[in-house]
Amino acid sequence: MADTLQRTARLQKIVGADQVLTSPEDLLSYSFDGTAAMQQLPGVVVMVSSTEHVRDVLRLANELGCPVVTRGSGTGLSGGSLPVPNCIVLCTARMNRILEVDAANLTLMAEPGVTTQAIAEAAASVGLFYPPDPGSMKISTIGGNVAENSGGLRGLKYGVTRNYVMGLEVVLPDGEVLWTGNKCVKDVAGYSLRDLFIGSEGTLGVMTKVLLRLIPKPAAKRTLVATFDAMDRAAQTVSDIIAARIIPCTLEFLDRTTIHCVEDFAKVGLPLNCEALLLMETDGHPVVVAEEAAQMEAIARAQGCMEIRVAQTEAEAQQLSTARRSAFSALARLAPTTILEDATVPRSELARMIRFVAEVAKKYRLRVGTFGHMGDGNLHPTFLTDERNLDEMHRVEEAFKEIFEEAIRLGGTITGEHGVGLAKKSFLPRFAGDAQMRVLRELRKALDPSGLLNPGKMFDPAKGPA
Amino acid sequence: MSPPGRQSPLKGLDYSVVQQCMHCGLCLPTCPTYDATKLERNSPRGRIALMRAVADDRLTPSKAFAEEMYFCLGCLACMTACPAGVNYAELFENARAEAEQSGVLDSPRRTLLRTLVLKWLFGDLRRLRFVGALLRFYQRWGLQAFVRRSGVLRLMPPRLQELEAMTPVVQPRVSSQLIAPLTPAQGTRRFRVAVLTGCAQDLMFSDVNRDTVEVLARNGCEVFTPARQVCCGSLHAHNGELDQARDQARRQIDLLPPDQFDAIITNAAGCGSHLKHYSALLSDDPRYAQLAKAWDGKVKDIHEWLAMIGIEPPQGRLNPESRVTYHEACHLCHGQKITTQPRQVLRAVPGVTLVELPESTWCCGSAGIYNLIQPEMAGQLLDRKVGHILSTEVDTVATGNPGCLLQVRQGMSQRGKAVRVVHPVTLLAEAYRRERA
Ligand SMILES: Cc1cc2nc3c(=O)[nH]c(=O)nc-3n(C[C@H](O)[C@H](O)[C@H](O)COP(=O)(O)OP(=O)(O)OC[C@H]3O[C@@H](n4cnc5c(N)ncnc54)[C@H](O)[C@@H]3O)c2cc1C
Ligand code: SF4
Ligand code: SF4
Repeated sequence: MADTLQRTARLQKIVGADQVLTSPEDLLSYSFDGTAAMQQLPGVVVMVSSTEHVRDVLRLANELGCPVVTRGSGTGLSGGSLPVPNCIVLCTARMNRILEVDAANLTLMAEPGVTTQAIAEAAASVGLFYPPDPGSMKISTIGGNVAENSGGLRGLKYGVTRNYVMGLEVVLPDGEVLWTGNKCVKDVAGYSLRDLFIGSEGTLGVMTKVLLRLIPKPAAKRTLVATFDAMDRAAQTVSDIIAARIIPCTLEFLDRTTIHCVEDFAKVGLPLNCEALLLMETDGHPVVVAEEAAQMEAIARAQGCMEIRVAQTEAEAQQLSTARRSAFSALARLAPTTILEDATVPRSELARMIRFVAEVAKKYRLRVGTFGHMGDGNLHPTFLTDERNLDEMHRVEEAFKEIFEEAIRLGGTITGEHGVGLAKKSFLPRFAGDAQMRVLRELRKALDPSGLLNPGKMFDPAKGPA
Repeated sequence: MSPPGRQSPLKGLDYSVVQQCMHCGLCLPTCPTYDATKLERNSPRGRIALMRAVADDRLTPSKAFAEEMYFCLGCLACMTACPAGVNYAELFENARAEAEQSGVLDSPRRTLLRTLVLKWLFGDLRRLRFVGALLRFYQRWGLQAFVRRSGVLRLMPPRLQELEAMTPVVQPRVSSQLIAPLTPAQGTRRFRVAVLTGCAQDLMFSDVNRDTVEVLARNGCEVFTPARQVCCGSLHAHNGELDQARDQARRQIDLLPPDQFDAIITNAAGCGSHLKHYSALLSDDPRYAQLAKAWDGKVKDIHEWLAMIGIEPPQGRLNPESRVTYHEACHLCHGQKITTQPRQVLRAVPGVTLVELPESTWCCGSAGIYNLIQPEMAGQLLDRKVGHILSTEVDTVATGNPGCLLQVRQGMSQRGKAVRVVHPVTLLAEAYRRERA
């Protein structure tokens, strides 16, 4: 108790009294992130607004031996920003200034709490383009995106967050501030520490500035929606498009259950009589766009698609991708607990994986809605359940085990973009293998010897004497 | 804890309503209070988590809980944003009821004020009209000007000074003095409708009520406007008095049995969004449950109804012509999902050029009586709204709710801007009137 009071007082000294939250109402509000069925109260929440704040909070944490969990907007889907008992939650939501847009070098520098949407808008306002667009982009923070190496709807052509991070300012667990990277297109001086921090899920340091690469805005784009009477046909269409050497920016799919939920919410006129829907988008030079759109349409028709709709205006195209972004949350219309996974397989194995998910759902008597980034081989099978139904929750767990096994067997991964966090922690050793696990543990220990940052996430330290 | 014998409103809710939020956070950027503070507690997701914690017995309704529920604007922007279909409106009403029932905010002054306003003033609209008449007397006979000049106000606490500045101008006549109980349709009678004159609307905007009736009659509706009406109960429901809200609903239904009308029309967004949910409010009342369902189906916002039946193109033209922007009342766009119809009404008016307002669906801070209890947040929101309005360089702002009309008018006059703030129906009525000129 006395310790807690002392910690609060010292935190208040760093950030100001009203930026330290300790009331039960505040702590409850930070006891979850976007992950289903996980809850843990923190010890205290600190709203930081500068690198110096972060540095001083980490120094204090070191002194007190108190764990720290960094949080952006708390939309993570693997429990990454879920508190650990008695921890300090370090929230970056108020570090939300865009520091510079450099149109000459095509870069943007931002604080970590800026939303992905705000980054995209700042880039667009000078005719540039920041492609990564996770479904949560309206609220997810760039710090969270970098920490999870988030993907989005445009991953197929444009890659993921990692491909746009040029530099980072990171506060290390002991409070030292480090810069890695710069505005140069080329840089091979030393190990790429920057790449180490990308996807580090808040375990290696706290990012306080992000330098991003922007690209010119594509001159034209076309958005199409195709519907199919069988999921296999949609999957085959995707394979055929890629085999035809077309790399569209978006190839997203929704299954029947998801389509109904999305339409129920977004009311954009999605056809309801189909088993699968593909959202396809191509962008670039107008001539190429027109040609690729026509080719994709022909391929879909050759696969016997039921209907093809081409967005007539930018607004309509926007509506369609916004509707797609709501898929995960919209599935919650059907069940109070929606547990989604993130299995990813090489694109050639996609059709097989989709069939497998359906079989597993049947075997365990579970309702599932599946959607995802088909062009990336990244599926989001989402089981519709109720966390109070313990028997069903257990079956969900069993089903996921089988899905992960299959993904690994097909040469895929247990998580394509949501991260390991707590949700997939138990699957990591089996996936990564002993050698990788050893290096992962040693790296983490080198940077965070006292295990202060996000302890218990991703993997545990090696057992036995240190 | 709730006193024995009284069911806790949040615990009484169907658990599926409490459990529906899957904390994805997609509503956060649309929430004005979260936008201002970036604190999770001030967000829809945070508030729902608190409500659920109360329902689960993990949190006792505390003062902080109650204050949080009153910091929420009840603007329902989060409902529009939520893909999961969370019924925030129902959660919110029950959370405020929970706050009231727990008594954590009670103080003799607050209790007196609530009794005076919710029970006495709005429980019987004759009293409201009486107070309105007093207020009008104050304003009319130079008293207000005298008081303002005299400097007496400076002796009052700042909060009261602000309140005095906000007292709306009461119309010379209430609705029943402007509108006959039965107004025949012009031309062939196509529909038979009833018009609700509201409470605040009746005092401050009886002219809008008159315009509403005229426009309806011109569009083939026979209009029934009872002289004595009852408050719809939204004020009570939004302020934690669900039992009295139920009472008001029953009286309303008795006054205007739904089977006698093709539609029951309201021109106040806040009332409309509440009036359409009597069936949820009265679902446990064996006598009224069925009637309430029929009632809900008949309630139409004026814009919604006009768009449904088709607007007779006016032969008259606004003079002078007007550049108009449209501010969306929360309880129209979020509460009732009515967004295109008011624009249809405005476009139907010859002489109106409609200019889109940036952030048109962002709350102006009026939010029922929010501007009275949370002046600071309300002021910030008003500044933001006014800034956008001025950026459109219009001469007129149209909006379909009395609270918004007052709030935006106040914002304009504070800044000395000569921008007219009107209900869309008023512009349409003016165009019809010019047919006769
Ligand atoms: C509806 C919905 C749709 C989604 N769609 C996608 C999608 O399409 N693609 C995708 O990849 N993900 C998606 N996600 C997952 C999630 O939005 C991303 O992981 C996002 O990047 C998290 O950002 P955040 O700001 O909410 O971070 P948080 O959830 O707050 O944190 C995530 C992790 O990052 C760490 N972290 C946060 N900020 C920092 C920092 N400054 N320094 C160090 N570590 C930090 C935290 O400790 C935590 O481990 C979706 C989530 C939802 C709810
Ligand atoms: S209210 Fe809806 S949008 Fe907001 S967090 Fe809950 S489920 Fe998501
Ligand atoms: S009603 Fe408005 S203020 Fe309240 S939580 Fe929802 S969006 Fe925020």
